[in-house]
Amino acid sequence: MGALNHKFNENILITSLDKLLNWSRSGSEWYFQFGLACCAIEMMSAAAARHDLERFGAMPRSSPRQADVMIVAGTVTLKMATRVKRLYEQMAEPKYVISMGSCANSGGPYWQHGYHVLKGVDQIVPVDVYIPGCPPRPEALIEGLMHLQKKMREQPVLAKKED
Amino acid sequence: MTEQEIYADLSSKFGDKVIEFMEEGTLNPTVVVDAGAIAKIVTYLKDEERFQFDSLMNLAGHDADVETEFSVIYHLVSTELKHYITLKVFTSRDEPKVASIAEIHRTADWHEREAFDLYGINFEGHPDLKRILMEDDWEGYPLRKDYVPAEFYRGMRIEKVK
Ligand code: SF4
Repeated sequence: MGALNHKFNENILITSLDKLLNWSRSGSEWYFQFGLACCAIEMMSAAAARHDLERFGAMPRSSPRQADVMIVAGTVTLKMATRVKRLYEQMAEPKYVISMGSCANSGGPYWQHGYHVLKGVDQIVPVDVYIPGCPPRPEALIEGLMHLQKKMREQPVLAKKED
Repeated sequence: MTEQEIYADLSSKFGDKVIEFMEEGTLNPTVVVDAGAIAKIVTYLKDEERFQFDSLMNLAGHDADVETEFSVIYHLVSTELKHYITLKVFTSRDEPKVASIAEIHRTADWHEREAFDLYGINFEGHPDLKRILMEDDWEGYPLRKDYVPAEFYRGMRIEKVK
């Protein structure tokens, strides 16, 4: 904060409002808790004691209204795809999507003969981070969340949206 | 009771509705019966004192080849007498229909809906025969050997397999 730096007592910090908001946003990635297939087991493991996602402030929410991030963990069947889309639409802005695992990225093992599987969740919702793996280890999910934190920190929230 | 004995008993009771006994090339000795008579035969096996087939372990549709008929396979067990029997019925590709046993064994309810959903086999007398896995507006029966996946479903692309 250039000119204002070191002008006040030591216990006063100066920052921009955007930075403050982004710091708090990226430190509280509340994710929407729903698993579609085996990848969800790794997501649960990431949230549980050993990997402890909550040290990043990431905590599972059961309602789309309270969630900032949707982790699409698993196989998106065509039947579920319409529901995934609806749930995404119910989330409040700003909202993010993490596509976890080969299935959500591209159909994974169901690429061939998967008559019932959507070949990539990015066909129906915009994806911010893709995590490869079948399933990705919890460490990979944590790295994905950290990439998302980076993205959040770089995004101005107060500036007008151009659309 | 062995499968052979059960087969002999069924043959003498139901005559030509019991078609054959298969032992070779199947995992379990299997009695092939008429598709229209399956409900009567299952009831008989359930009610008779010496059989007591009180539980249906599984019911599955099957399509072996585009040329052959569909079949439905029933695995029955008697929890009392600890014996097993496998029944099988064949039904035509053009108009597949089999008598429902959902009222006799409640297990069959959802299993028959699954076979209907994936093979399009009509279970006559089923209380609520509708799709169970696929969406209601899905077209075609995916596990049929001659099934060709559609290109789109509700605007979502189903990738064509080369
Ligand atoms: S990517 Fe692999 S582990 Fe994940 S949902 Fe698909 S099949 Fe399961």
